[in-house]
Amino acid sequence: MHPPLEDRVLAAPARRPVQTHRLPSHTVEVVSDPGEGAQKCGQIFGTVSAKMGNGVWTVEIIPAEIQPPARDPAGASGNRIRVGTDAVTNWGDETNLVVAFNEQVLLGRHRLGALAEDAVVLLENKWATDDDPAIRAAWSAALADLAGTAYRIVEVPMEAECLQVVDDAKKGKNMFALGLLCYVYQRDLERAKEQIAQTFRKKSEEVYQKNVALLERGHAWGEQHLDFRVEVPARPSGQPMVVMNGNQAAALGAVAAGMELTAMYPITPATSVSHFLSDIFESFGGVVHQAEDEIAAAGVAIGASYAGKCAFTVTSGPGLALKTEFLGLAVMTETPLVLLDVQRGGPSTGLPTKVEQSDLLAAIFGQPGDAPHIVVAPATIEECFHIMVTARRLAEAFRTLVMVLSDANLATGVAPFPRPQLDPAWMGAPPDLSPLPEGVRPYEWDAKTGLSRRVLPGTPGGMHTVTGLMHTEASKIAYDKATLQRSSAMRSRKLAVLQQMLTPPVVNGDAAGGDLLVVGWGSTKGAIDEAVARARAEGLSVSSLHLRFLSPLEPGLKQIFSRFRQVMTVEINYSDEPGDPYVTEENRRRGQLAWLLRASTLVDVDCWTRVLGEPLRPAAIHQAIRAKLNGGAQ
Amino acid sequence: MSATLSLPVCSLLDCAVEDERHFEMHDYEGPVARWCPGCGDHGVLTAVTKLLSAEQLRPETTVFVSGIGCSSRLPHYVKTYGFHGIHGRALPLATGVKLSRPDLTVFVAMGDGDCTSIGAAHWLHATRYNVDMTALMLDNNIYGLTKMQTSPTTPQGFASNTQPRGSYLPALNPIAATLGITNASFVAQTAEWVPQHLYATLQAAYRHRGFSFVRILQRCPQYTTSIFQQAVRKPDLVELLVHEQGVQLPELDKLYKRQRRHDPKDLDAARRLAEPDDVIRLGVFFKDETRPRYDEMRRLPRHTAEEKVRLLNEEMERYAI
Repeated sequence: MHPPLEDRVLAAPARRPVQTHRLPSHTVEVVSDPGEGAQKCGQIFGTVSAKMGNGVWTVEIIPAEIQPPARDPAGASGNRIRVGTDAVTNWGDETNLVVAFNEQVLLGRHRLGALAEDAVVLLENKWATDDDPAIRAAWSAALADLAGTAYRIVEVPMEAECLQVVDDAKKGKNMFALGLLCYVYQRDLERAKEQIAQTFRKKSEEVYQKNVALLERGHAWGEQHLDFRVEVPARPSGQPMVVMNGNQAAALGAVAAGMELTAMYPITPATSVSHFLSDIFESFGGVVHQAEDEIAAAGVAIGASYAGKCAFTVTSGPGLALKTEFLGLAVMTETPLVLLDVQRGGPSTGLPTKVEQSDLLAAIFGQPGDAPHIVVAPATIEECFHIMVTARRLAEAFRTLVMVLSDANLATGVAPFPRPQLDPAWMGAPPDLSPLPEGVRPYEWDAKTGLSRRVLPGTPGGMHTVTGLMHTEASKIAYDKATLQRSSAMRSRKLAVLQQMLTPPVVNGDAAGGDLLVVGWGSTKGAIDEAVARARAEGLSVSSLHLRFLSPLEPGLKQIFSRFRQVMTVEINYSDEPGDPYVTEENRRRGQLAWLLRASTLVDVDCWTRVLGEPLRPAAIHQAIRAKLNGGAQ
Repeated sequence: MSATLSLPVCSLLDCAVEDERHFEMHDYEGPVARWCPGCGDHGVLTAVTKLLSAEQLRPETTVFVSGIGCSSRLPHYVKTYGFHGIHGRALPLATGVKLSRPDLTVFVAMGDGDCTSIGAAHWLHATRYNVDMTALMLDNNIYGLTKMQTSPTTPQGFASNTQPRGSYLPALNPIAATLGITNASFVAQTAEWVPQHLYATLQAAYRHRGFSFVRILQRCPQYTTSIFQQAVRKPDLVELLVHEQGVQLPELDKLYKRQRRHDPKDLDAARRLAEPDDVIRLGVFFKDETRPRYDEMRRLPRHTAEEKVRLLNEEMERYAI
């Protein structure tokens, strides 16, 4: 099947007629050793594409170490950009075109199964003639390894070309690669130069000019040597758009929500939220407090919120575990608190830079004792922004903890979305410190709803001590049966009230029902929607539903489920496979949302989950849908 | 006192508010304390209440934050605002309160287990942050509420329910430890059985701008009476550190003959005096108001919602396409 290697390697610039492939979407990646700037190249390519009106979804390719050894398959660093005509809602399946700065990082991507069978590879070929015989041998071995694939490998003399412009090619290759990509994808060079200016002009005019020269050289090389181009037509939306990743969106959302303090401790992949905030928060009067540990971060946020400033804390799984006791305190003292958990792989230190959705049950049930609180999950990068506004309002209106479950996929994925129309009302009203008559109780629980007004320190007449001990409406320590039962009911009732305020989720597909309903939550929405669309295009009777509220769950689920022959969650967390040794229907550990849905609806909800350290691919979900409809065989 | 005073919202802005009210000690008194008879906590509560009245602290802008343990019940017995938190974590809560509301006066009450064991990291860092608050560590050398377990400050050899053959290790020295922390700005030790000294020390701590750490030696009538009994009965076992910049109480001269003039500015001397000796030293070991204060550094002007929206729209331009 595969053409012989020599046919696929364009060692000499044999110019052929250029064929332009017009496609609705294409996925490109740029990989290098860390420090060679592949990420910058990919970011600029993504931004330029978004500015031209394409849908874009960018993910970072990051090794675990800051500076792993050079030319190491596990050290690949870069960016993966999926470009589409319509909005791109997920990272897609496999990469169609890769620019690799050495054959080892290419090998790494190949071994991970990241590349499509027929991927085109633009590969730096300086290594083939390196002075070091070991490197030449490694090159030959790698190419021999790849000879069994159907990749189309195009050798590019990146180093030699860059040396025509700069003395140290290591510092310019990424802009040369950007030029190549701009040629292949017909990107507007002027827009690329604008981005280069934004990145480099603050350094010096000379640096900017050199980078532009490299860009143009890359473009020219492509024009002279490549025999193909890719056209992904753009369809500009016409409305103002912004492009950013989910952590940037959450950080800006926190500002838009009027939050005034965040207390945090460094933890991947949550930390960049505080990086963005550290840059800008002070100009809004906001404080990023880097606490001595995760526990203190929760404590400072709760203290600040108790005193009347809207505060939040941001963390990831291990930090969530450490904060547990304080979260119970926020619930018990009815102190509003927003906690953003950017989930990573776990348990323990797990996979710090990779995505998982394994914190769901810990988020809802992880606080010893009964600690009812709100848990929500943004499904898109855009929602990472808006959910912070919602979270603040919920935390204050319901006087409780609101956990926001984002994940590494949303945190590092970059996509354009409609620019939020900011509203000063999102910032909340200034704290009310007007005097209260003596004897006002700090928890005047409404008998029906459990809701009560906050009494902030500084309010004359309202003096009281809040406590994590069981307490009465007056916040007096209580041990009597009636108070214990009632105060627990009041804290719990708030969730029932909220649940009744929510609208039932919208079914994507056939609201009237069908063979299969796929249920998801969090960052998987884009991939699930795409998989369901593909399956429906084949005529399969499948619909999907995506939950933003996990605690309380959105209303009407049981009724919706009853209209489908089968219901299955799709999640990025671990579940036992039916048929695995010892695994039975009774002892099978299921996906976390499935667990929750089964418990709350008594419907036999199945699950399909994977923990591969990467976002789910639409093709894999599509396959799972087919298998489910075929009676389980995959 | 009058309850009809109208306080504008701008108290959040830390502006001075004219207040014609006068507060007596009883204005700060909460419900009857439920500590054991003879517990040192009672004396601390009295001194605190006296201080509040002497300094005319407005009850509504005073906050007592505590952890968990006998001593951490203190906020419940003072008629101000209070936050009875979780074990070991009073200091982060208090830091959050003060960072967000500089207009509030913050006191912290914690025990020896709270401060020097489960919350030791926060003790170290709160000392370094030097946020303006008065931190009282009520040190009875034992876990009382959980019924007599060894604490870090339990004397070596003292038997408890967890170390019945006597505490294995030499007791941790909280004064020496605090003096070793970069940016410590006020470190004092007092004892509840010398009420004048306790009160004067609390007052000096309160008046200090920065993080004031006061270790209060106190008897637990249930479990550790014997530890301090000697010192209570024999004033010669106590040495007072006296100075006009620290605590100086001529009325104690007759009883406490062992006195040493110690300038609280002298950190080296303070560290020497903090080392174990045959005496218990009470007084201000160290005080330096020139140390940087994190809460001051992090204080920022507030903006209106409209201003923030304008600024955020500018910021959003960076991401606009």
